[in-house]
Amino acid sequence: MSTTTAAAPGALARFLDGDVWHSFKNSPMAIVAALIALLCVFCALFAPWVAPHNPFDMTSIDLNDARRPPAWMDGGSAKFLLGTDDQGRDILSAIMYGARISLFVGVASVLVSMVVGVALGLLSGFAGGRTDALIMRVCDVMLSFPPLLVALLIDGVGRAMFPNADETLAFGVLIVAISLTGWVQYARTVRGSTMVERNREYVQAARVIGVAPLRIMFRHVLPNVMGPVLVLATIHVAAAILTEATLSFLGVGVPPTSPSLGTLIRIGNDVLFSGEWWITIFPGLMLILIALSVNLLGDWLRDALNPRLR
Amino acid sequence: MLAFILRRLAQALMVMLSVAFIAFMLFQYVGDPVASMLGQDATAEQREALRAELGLDKPFPLQFAHFVGNALQGDFGLSLRQGRKVSTLIAERLPATLELSLAAAVIALLVGIPLGVYAALKRGTFSSQVAMTASLLGVSLPTFLIGILLILLFSVQLKWLPSFGRGDTVALGAWSTGLLTVDGWKHLVLPAITLSVFQLALILRLVRAEMLEVLRTDYIKFARARGLPDRAVYFGHALKNTLVPVITITGLQLGALIAFAIITETVFQWPGMGFLFIQAVQFADVPVMAAYLCLVALIFVIVNLAVDLLYFAVDPRLRIEKPAGGH
Repeated sequence: MSTTTAAAPGALARFLDGDVWHSFKNSPMAIVAALIALLCVFCALFAPWVAPHNPFDMTSIDLNDARRPPAWMDGGSAKFLLGTDDQGRDILSAIMYGARISLFVGVASVLVSMVVGVALGLLSGFAGGRTDALIMRVCDVMLSFPPLLVALLIDGVGRAMFPNADETLAFGVLIVAISLTGWVQYARTVRGSTMVERNREYVQAARVIGVAPLRIMFRHVLPNVMGPVLVLATIHVAAAILTEATLSFLGVGVPPTSPSLGTLIRIGNDVLFSGEWWITIFPGLMLILIALSVNLLGDWLRDALNPRLR
Repeated sequence: MLAFILRRLAQALMVMLSVAFIAFMLFQYVGDPVASMLGQDATAEQREALRAELGLDKPFPLQFAHFVGNALQGDFGLSLRQGRKVSTLIAERLPATLELSLAAAVIALLVGIPLGVYAALKRGTFSSQVAMTASLLGVSLPTFLIGILLILLFSVQLKWLPSFGRGDTVALGAWSTGLLTVDGWKHLVLPAITLSVFQLALILRLVRAEMLEVLRTDYIKFARARGLPDRAVYFGHALKNTLVPVITITGLQLGALIAFAIITETVFQWPGMGFLFIQAVQFADVPVMAAYLCLVALIFVIVNLAVDLLYFAVDPRLRIEKPAGGH
């Protein structure tokens, strides 16, 4: 305990001197991806302060401004850089607020599935026997269905069970639906490394001096199996954001009162034929930017943490 | 061997039973069928009578058995939204989905395999790098966005192809096909391409990776040493061995194709099962959801089982019994 509290400045210095940072400095792709991802996260986190307009403020919306093209086209206005949608909302601001919701749902689902998956994986690998067999059978069943179908089903069940759900509950159902498709990968990864760690000497030593199994699992084994989990989590954030966007596009994701990027694309899709391509394309581009940059970061992290590739 | 098959069959049965149980639970928790059938004015006796008639007064396990029995005969009751038999609705929509998925699978295989072979043989050249980059984009782009972009380009801007529905169909008995009319083919192009992009990119990358592995092996060197022409080495020897994993993955991806068909069908308003399911989810139309789930699960289980058994037949190494799980 004392080492972690005292080592905060030392940890940063160690990190800057470490392999991961060196690998990052020497990978232009990772730096560009990180910059783009940071920019997206920044815009999303600080949307209320960065965005030129507030798309939820009814008083600032004027129907006369509806369906304006981007600023550089005929009829565009400098007030609305990327144009407006069919209700006169500024697309750029809507994208920032939408990205905020997309990122929130994505990160929250990854955290939930990571916690569930890591805990079950640890238990499975450490306990072995029947517990292990049961958890792995459940994993097999989950893996034999495409994640999207599972998320759709759970979301559908949630909707049917709480027909008058308020916004918080709707978000909860959505996050649970996406997380339940993701935990299996964590569980499998952690189980594999736990089975290796279980037979190491430090674990046996801890057992011999009488440390409780739960404490061994979380204090001793867990830190040693977290590497691959972090890589998985990074890539998973992109996948979760795309799943959320798909569900919202299908009209079963986030509640319509808080539109995410997928909702914006859905709105744009409805007016696609009247020629207002910007309502769809810009949120779509934002979605691709986020997913691609996070994926590239994840790829880089996987290579950087893999000792065989050094 | 027999034990393996029996174990897999038992597992498949367990999967089907759990899916059926989930579907059954849907009915339990969503709405009260008696109230919705009788309306507000019914007396308590009427309610009890209907409850008994529907079997809702029986114990829980008996109701479940009843549900499974009906499901086995394809009877899932009436759609809450459309008031028609669910089995009829699904049967009407099945041909559209199957034709779309099949067309997508054919495109993915016919384009993906040659491109993958090309990217492996011409490794490092500009054109193969273009193919690899495009495939990376194909794996990371969400399906619905691909569909929208295609519509924007080919339907809105160029006005070459229609963007919704199946067009003219011809009824062959109970099967309505769009493959016998020019209009049907035109309507099929964009949805089929949309659905195939992800699988195509996946197959391309898989074939390339497998091909590079195989080209390094001794028997390829030996075939070259025997003086066989490149064509015979690449297509007669190398490609044949890369196709086993490709066929397996394609088989397993059939399920993914059905899942992605939900998205594609929504974008293109293709009158298939996926579109039906999405509408059912939006309206909490439980019987349709339950039937779709059971049907998709059945397709999945059959495909997975077939692939497993096929693998077992092809690869003798799998026939060694694994040591029994420890206690």
